[in-house]
Amino acid sequence: MKIIIAGDGKVGSMLTRQFSGEGHDLTLIDNNPEALESTIERYDVMSVEGNCASMEVLRNAGVEKADLLITATGKDELNLLCCMTAHGMNPNLHTIARIRTPDYAESTYSMRKTFALSLTVNPDRQTAREIDRLLRYPGFLKREKFANGLVEIVEIKVDATSPLKDQPLNQLSSITNCQILVCAALREGKSVTPDGNFVIREGDRLFVTASAKNLTILLRNIGYVTQKVRNVMIVGGGSSSYYLADLLLKEGVGVKIVEKEMSRCEHLAEMLPGAVVVQGDASLQAVLEREKIRLMDAVISMTGLDELNVITSIYANHAKVPHVITKLGRAENLEILAQLPVGSIVSPKELCTNTIATYVRAMGNQIGAAVTVHSIAGGQAVAIEFIVDANTKNTGRPLKEIRLKKNILVASITHGRNIIFPNGESVFRQGDRIIIVSNGDAAIHHLNDIFVS
Amino acid sequence: MNYKIMAKIQSWILILESAFMIPPLLISIATGDRPALRGFLTAIGISMAVAIVMQYMSRNAEKRFYAREGLVCTAMVWIVMSAAGCLPFFVSGRIPSFVDAYFEIVSGFTTTGASILSDVEMLGKALLYWRSFSHWIGGMGVLVFFLAIIPSSGRSDGYMLHILRAESPGPSVNKMVPRLRETAAILYIIYCGLTALDIIFLLIGRLPVFDAFCIAFGTAGTGGFAVLNTGCATYTPFAQDVTTIFMLLFGVNFSIYYMLILKQFLQVVRDEEVRMYFAIVLLSTVFIASNIFRFTPETQGVEPTLRHSAFQVASIITTTGYSTVNFDLWPTFSKAILICLMFVGACAGSTGGGIKVIRVLLLGKNLRRNAHQIFHPHEVSIVRVNGARVPEQTLINTSSYLAAYVVIVIVSFLIVSWDPGNFSMTTNFSAVMATLNNIGPGFDAVGAASNFGAYSNLSKIIMILDMLFGRLEIFPMLALMSASTYKRTV
Repeated sequence: MKIIIAGDGKVGSMLTRQFSGEGHDLTLIDNNPEALESTIERYDVMSVEGNCASMEVLRNAGVEKADLLITATGKDELNLLCCMTAHGMNPNLHTIARIRTPDYAESTYSMRKTFALSLTVNPDRQTAREIDRLLRYPGFLKREKFANGLVEIVEIKVDATSPLKDQPLNQLSSITNCQILVCAALREGKSVTPDGNFVIREGDRLFVTASAKNLTILLRNIGYVTQKVRNVMIVGGGSSSYYLADLLLKEGVGVKIVEKEMSRCEHLAEMLPGAVVVQGDASLQAVLEREKIRLMDAVISMTGLDELNVITSIYANHAKVPHVITKLGRAENLEILAQLPVGSIVSPKELCTNTIATYVRAMGNQIGAAVTVHSIAGGQAVAIEFIVDANTKNTGRPLKEIRLKKNILVASITHGRNIIFPNGESVFRQGDRIIIVSNGDAAIHHLNDIFVS
Repeated sequence: MNYKIMAKIQSWILILESAFMIPPLLISIATGDRPALRGFLTAIGISMAVAIVMQYMSRNAEKRFYAREGLVCTAMVWIVMSAAGCLPFFVSGRIPSFVDAYFEIVSGFTTTGASILSDVEMLGKALLYWRSFSHWIGGMGVLVFFLAIIPSSGRSDGYMLHILRAESPGPSVNKMVPRLRETAAILYIIYCGLTALDIIFLLIGRLPVFDAFCIAFGTAGTGGFAVLNTGCATYTPFAQDVTTIFMLLFGVNFSIYYMLILKQFLQVVRDEEVRMYFAIVLLSTVFIASNIFRFTPETQGVEPTLRHSAFQVASIITTTGYSTVNFDLWPTFSKAILICLMFVGACAGSTGGGIKVIRVLLLGKNLRRNAHQIFHPHEVSIVRVNGARVPEQTLINTSSYLAAYVVIVIVSFLIVSWDPGNFSMTTNFSAVMATLNNIGPGFDAVGAASNFGAYSNLSKIIMILDMLFGRLEIFPMLALMSASTYKRTV
């Protein structure tokens, strides 16, 4: 597919990495020649310098023959104008715009025809939704949805008191009392593909495939008291904090927001009547103590500064807050930071990229292309969902007869609404959704890529 | 420095070169030319052996590399490729001196066309074919060919852009389509298409099949190796005119042809570089024609005068170096025009050499702007080409390119003048110009009717370097030769 990406910032370059790897033809537009130069040095893409809403620049980028335009510049208005202009030049063009300002949320939805938008992504709101999802099951560090929400891969940290400690994997079902499959484990910063004899140790992070309806049972049986979160402290008062507070207040959760800037505090207090808004510098421990951080069920660090978020989260963890979530703007540092006691990590850029990637995959309609891709285990492994089709090899054969590539694991097979955690006898048939976890470097773009040829 | 990936690329180029040697090898079998056959078999054997060793050494190469590696790798590939390419001449014994053989093939790959041979016909068909075909490979670039055929391997391909930039001529090389491989493939498709067209027209012009292929390769690469001792003088006027037109066509930026394919005719007509290029050709032809009319026995009529002047102008500005007459006998004014054309050269992104029309254009515009600024110091003015602003960095790069170019001319001129042969000033200067700008023949003792054989080995080596400097546009060779490239510490 021919894709144009306007805005070569963080999201732009993450998308570039994703799509150029998947074999699409990419053209990037940005008004900063240095950013473009460093991108074309790393990826096989073309670049056009200039204002992305200008017809001439769009023409140079080949908008007339493009299939999709993604606008991810820093300015919402520019993104909208760029989509409208491009769509005017090529009526068959799909457009995706990143819109962050809450004020535009309504207009971009109800006037999406006028703005010629196929999809809008709001990283701030996505972040808020993701954190809200995590707060419903405190105990999971991360949740990734597959098979239209039927299956999830959740991340569990094994601590000293966990009943999972020192258990081999083949004994696991007697503890959990529900069907699960450990598809990857992160031990001392390294991702491993476990087999039945793998013994769980303290400090491991397990990535578990489970049916979405069994999550509560799983949590209870592995010793997490699924106490409902009642009081949440949000550090930082940006747009994502606003969205999150709004969601939590609607669920009846108490919210306290700590924000440094007075005018922003006033604005938040005006927009969120139910929330407690406190003016204060969260980098000072005294402020956090004054606001009773120790009494909170959850602390979410989501200021604009990654460093401050990490420090706040480490402090919250130290203060024995049961659930800590950290927002990180720069996704590159995930692997290092995942080893620090910062709780769950949420990366808006990654969420945004995943949403766009899902749309592109659906649109591409390639035979056998991935439906969903999530990176797990600190980016060292990927979980990929495919739909088995007529071209897939080895359908109807039991798994034990099929030779898979090294470090590839079939994590689940969804047949209709029926979820199978595969063993040697399991088979997949046309129409099934299958989740693959790849723990190596092998590029998996099609389902057939997992078989040894 | 990522030496492993450089070795990997080098080994692929050697394998490609061996494949390119198969047609002349078959010709040598067909013509029963045993020494040439031995030469090609040795060359293929050695290249493949070296390539296999390099493949093994570089089996786990990391793909990441940067501008510096791209430059060094390109220069290295050209030097090693020439070493392999000169073996058929050397081993067959047709060119007994290694430096001479090396000079001949570098002259081929860099599309110079300067020869050390006084009798080219004694080389035999197989070696003549290889000599001409080396122009065709070197014209668009062997690495660009490599880029066009390697399978796209996804994420790391961006790094290969450095190679395209190092090998393709012009101040700002960029892709025409998002995929590098497709860009390289488009260049080669246009190149092959034009070459095929040239061959067809030459065949219509009643050239023997072998000559048609070799002359077309020389025209396409803007090289200039002929297959007859008389150059192009004995060919039909029609064939000479066809060659004139195709030389000019190969001197045009290839992205112009891509625009034509995309039907962007207006942009093509308005392109400043193309306009200037054809204006220079037209003016030079008119001046030379009026100057040489009735001057020599060949230029008694209007038609031959125009034909010969147009042919020579096209041959020199595109840096091909074919000749239909001995232009060394022309009046001084005509020769002066030709030597100016040697400087200018063809368009960027073509197969020609020289400083390039676009650089001359940029330098001129920059000079006008700077001169204007002396009187109006506070006026802010920018340099535009085709309506778009030229980044200041490009102007600075162009100026430093010119400075480096002048330094190379001076140094080479001094060393070549030291030659024990004690040649005339015109000979030495035009020899440096003809090799650095990849033209071929110069004036006086290296004129169209003579050759470079009389120079000493040192002068030949300097000229070999000049040819490589000219074809790769200085910086890859500078990167290869500068000590800071190999320093491990900061």
